Amino acid sequence: MASRIVSRIILSKYGYPATILNLRGLSSGPPPGTPPPQTKTSFGPLADEDRVFTNLYGRHDWRLKGAMKRGDWYKTKEILLKGSDWIVNELKTSGLRGRGGAGFPTGMKWSFMNRPGDGRPKYLVVNADEGEPGTCKDREIMRHDPHKLVEGCLIAGRAIGAKAAYIYIRGEFYNEASNMQVAIAEAYQAGFLGKNACGSGYDFDVFMHRGAGAYICGEETALIESIEGKQGKPRLKPPFPADVGVFGCPTTVNNVETIAVSPSICRRGGPWFASFGRTRNSGTKLFNISGHVNRPCTVEEEMSIPLKELVEIHAGGVQGGWDNLLAIIPGGSSTPLIPKSVCEDVLMDFDGLVAAQTSLGTAALIVMNKQTDIVKAIARLIMFYKHESCGQCTPCREGVNWMNKMIYRFVDGNAKPEEIDMLWEISKQIEGRSICALADGAAWPVQGLIRHFRPELEDRMRKFAESKQCAAL
Amino acid sequence: MLPTLRAAVNSLKGPLGLRSLQTTASRAHDSLFVHRDTPEDNPDIPFEFSADNKKRVEAILAIYPEGHKRAAMIPLLDLAQRQYGWLPISAMHHVADILKLPKMRVYEVATFYTMFMRKPTGKYHLQVCTTTPCWLRGSNEILDTIKKNLGLEVGETSSDKLFTISEVECLGACVNAPMVQINDDYYAALVLDCLQEDLTVQDTEEILADLKAGRKPKPGPRSGRYAAEPIGEPTSLKGEPPAAGFGVRADL
Repeated sequence: MASRIVSRIILSKYGYPATILNLRGLSSGPPPGTPPPQTKTSFGPLADEDRVFTNLYGRHDWRLKGAMKRGDWYKTKEILLKGSDWIVNELKTSGLRGRGGAGFPTGMKWSFMNRPGDGRPKYLVVNADEGEPGTCKDREIMRHDPHKLVEGCLIAGRAIGAKAAYIYIRGEFYNEASNMQVAIAEAYQAGFLGKNACGSGYDFDVFMHRGAGAYICGEETALIESIEGKQGKPRLKPPFPADVGVFGCPTTVNNVETIAVSPSICRRGGPWFASFGRTRNSGTKLFNISGHVNRPCTVEEEMSIPLKELVEIHAGGVQGGWDNLLAIIPGGSSTPLIPKSVCEDVLMDFDGLVAAQTSLGTAALIVMNKQTDIVKAIARLIMFYKHESCGQCTPCREGVNWMNKMIYRFVDGNAKPEEIDMLWEISKQIEGRSICALADGAAWPVQGLIRHFRPELEDRMRKFAESKQCAAL
Repeated sequence: MLPTLRAAVNSLKGPLGLRSLQTTASRAHDSLFVHRDTPEDNPDIPFEFSADNKKRVEAILAIYPEGHKRAAMIPLLDLAQRQYGWLPISAMHHVADILKLPKMRVYEVATFYTMFMRKPTGKYHLQVCTTTPCWLRGSNEILDTIKKNLGLEVGETSSDKLFTISEVECLGACVNAPMVQINDDYYAALVLDCLQEDLTVQDTEEILADLKAGRKPKPGPRSGRYAAEPIGEPTSLKGEPPAAGFGVRADL
């Protein structure tokens, strides 16, 4: 959910990036930083040599020696010497969109930091507060490929002109944090970080900062507050972090995966990355497949792979066969679920899932088969949001609590059918009326449930009413 | 008064088909916000960082810029909790002194984050994830097994101060669901956390037996896999990873 809100605002303020590029492109060819057009029409499965995270499953050495063997820290100096504009341009060409849920174009986000400085240092903050139910991709990166993230910090830091990077990792990831700390120490010892990093003449530090258990700290301004040693309560925007971020300085907040793929993009070139997935949905992506599948796993795949193919190839299919599928939550708990009929042919990318009235989010699929009590599954998610609401905005603090109470009655059917519309109305009153996107994330699963499973809800209510009548007679 | 009334109404709810009494939630947190002086937790109990931890305090403070040392709050509270086993009010006061802050600023943070245990916690803190992805894979059975095995309810600590059970929200290991996090060796300087994943009821009983006997159960998935790969034949990353320099652009 990290930076969903910032993109909501910036996208409306600046218009969609592709539109700007197209308008400019009318005069003389595409401007620098335009991804090459996609000619492929079918996507996935990805070949092993095109995978970025080659040690995703921890089969190989994660320390510096093993990482260098797999190609990390290769020609990093040359990349740094190419300069900030070159790196940002490469990221723009790659079409990489933020991997934390909002999908804001990374190259553009970094270019916001290249305004003339006013003497304040700039910071890079890496959002490793991975807590969205269903999502567990950053954990695999940090414990098995930590050097990709450390190197990514250096390259991203160079691109935005940052003095240091803070990696904010959730407190529960103790072993992951210690792997990261070891990787950072190794990089310092090898001269890759610190003064004159990689011999490029650029000074850069990377620090770890452990959180203490609050999902809301995955929101970028709450994360900044939390680093500053305060309660993780999101800030009002503007000012955006690019103006006033951590310690009052310009800051860019990026997801772990976004940062960790950036060295590979610079080394192999933006066009290579843009060759995967549909236009505006470029690249490879880590997918988490959990729930009722035969072989739950985390896997790197090409964007725009059909959902059915993803589940069948990598997760061994749905428990009880594809026909036993009830619904899938396609992008972590805050995205609306989609029923089997939609799952048949939907493509796993930003545009494909928006067309299906849901969202790619963090690409964490939660698969539910027909034996699932779907109402209870969504109710449990609402309880999660009730627990994690920071309590700052009234619609979220009170509204999510109301939704929680109502939906737990719906689980038994102890409600009247009109109340379904009331629940819908509450969720619409919560959505978009709070500082951060947590409230939206709580409202969407409920809306998804009502949109696709209203008959199921009404059925339960009828059965409950009938059983009451029988008891009364 | 209100909680009593609510409890009374709730007890009648089932048989009479009544709805719960609607009150505005006063609790957003698992534990009580208010501090009450008790024999084991009051401001007169002395708290000092140990010599080793004093060095750690220096190292933590060094990574934050001058004038923003307050940023060290969460790491310092965490360090205090690791040293003491849980977070007493005197440790919060000590952290406030180090950071030269009003005590209230520390209370704010210590009550906001769920990992700060403000009451005595057992040596083994069993944190069972019961959010939807784990629930789909049977976390309720795991929680029931633990509760039955230890004879404790969620939030309770055993009388020998060995076990505390918590029900927690998503721990971020959903493809390895269901899972339990067990904080080990809380009293030692080196803290071992072990994530137990891919559990079955039988695994859970084995883990508890190990803990009771003072052994450290092997962390990680119990289903025979190493991490988040699919069980059985790999579907990706089958061979050796390409060597350094593979696919690198010519102009670099």
